[in-house]
Amino acid sequence: MKAFFKKMIQENPVFVLLLGMCPTLGTSTSVVNGLGMGLSATLVLICSNFFISILRKFIPDKIRIASYIVIIAGFVTAVEMVLKAYLPEISESLGVFIPLIVVNCIILARAESFASKNTPGKSAVDGLCMGLGFTVALVILSAIRELLGNGTLAGVSVLGANYPKAIMMILPPGGFIVLGIVLGVIQAMRTKGGTKHG
Amino acid sequence: MVDVGKLFSILITTILVENFVLVKFLGCCPFLGVSKKTSTALAMGMAVTFVMALASAMTWLVNTYILVPFDLQYLQTIAFILVIAALVQIVEMAIMKLSPPLYASLGIYLPLITTNCAVLGVAILNVQKDYGFIESVVSGIAAALSFTLAIWLFAGVRERLENSKIPSFMKGMPIALVSAGLIAMAFLGFAGMKL
Repeated sequence: MKAFFKKMIQENPVFVLLLGMCPTLGTSTSVVNGLGMGLSATLVLICSNFFISILRKFIPDKIRIASYIVIIAGFVTAVEMVLKAYLPEISESLGVFIPLIVVNCIILARAESFASKNTPGKSAVDGLCMGLGFTVALVILSAIRELLGNGTLAGVSVLGANYPKAIMMILPPGGFIVLGIVLGVIQAMRTKGGTKHG
Repeated sequence: MVDVGKLFSILITTILVENFVLVKFLGCCPFLGVSKKTSTALAMGMAVTFVMALASAMTWLVNTYILVPFDLQYLQTIAFILVIAALVQIVEMAIMKLSPPLYASLGIYLPLITTNCAVLGVAILNVQKDYGFIESVVSGIAAALSFTLAIWLFAGVRERLENSKIPSFMKGMPIALVSAGLIAMAFLGFAGMKL
């Protein structure tokens, strides 16, 4: 359990490893979008890690990246179809970012650095940890952006109707700026913690 | 018949109004990763332009002559990513054989392009927008130019940041992201321009 949280927070793919920036910035405009993106990616990550780990002894070394991409693309297509059928609104608002899960560096990075060396069970858990870490990061960012930009959280009004909406936060520049400031806060906390222990 | 006006409007819209990196958030990984120096940023931009133009053409052909006639559109994602991965590999080998100096300067960036979501993104958007062959290629080139423009501007800003005084907790990525936000804000000025 401890290792689980350690992986999720200390190796957080977005805030610490800086992977998967495009969907992070592109879909964190509202909590619902962020959550939808995070969970879809988690699902793909668990399945692809599991299957790549099962097949790790059969995939020739030279074409491993291509094989990983095909496996990942297969699961992405499945998720894409499920979303289109059952959650058409989310599928609509995430748009091109759903097929783009294929090229999310987090998934390929975990396949290469973890699933290709570990047992299927461990790899699936690793996929879950990383996926949840990604989801948490997306939800934090999208909550800040939605609250400042629209005065709502997951569509529910929080700051009241009179809140002057800072639309800039929902627009693209807001994504960069909020992520930058959150990273700055994390960096500040880390250096502070470091001096305390040292 | 090719409508030159439409091609021009695709070009301007993609480069300025809907800049791929700064407005659509496609291709952020290399944008943040390979933008420490203007020279490497430009080299990366050139490599991407080359691959994206080819990829747009190839994916259009695959989509129109293989996926659509056989009713296989649901395989779009898999087919496109395979085409792009194969294309990058071929381009890498071709450049290595034909022009070693070019390979020396672009070589290390080529494998990274496979996972550049702008390449797959432009292929999918071309299909969504129902572009014809020439329009697809132009939109691919325009998307790549918009990527090059963004990464080049950003690298210029980051080079300046190296020598400025920044509070220690904002050093590195945080300040880079905030400045990217400011550049994006400038590009927001083009929003609403209809051509």
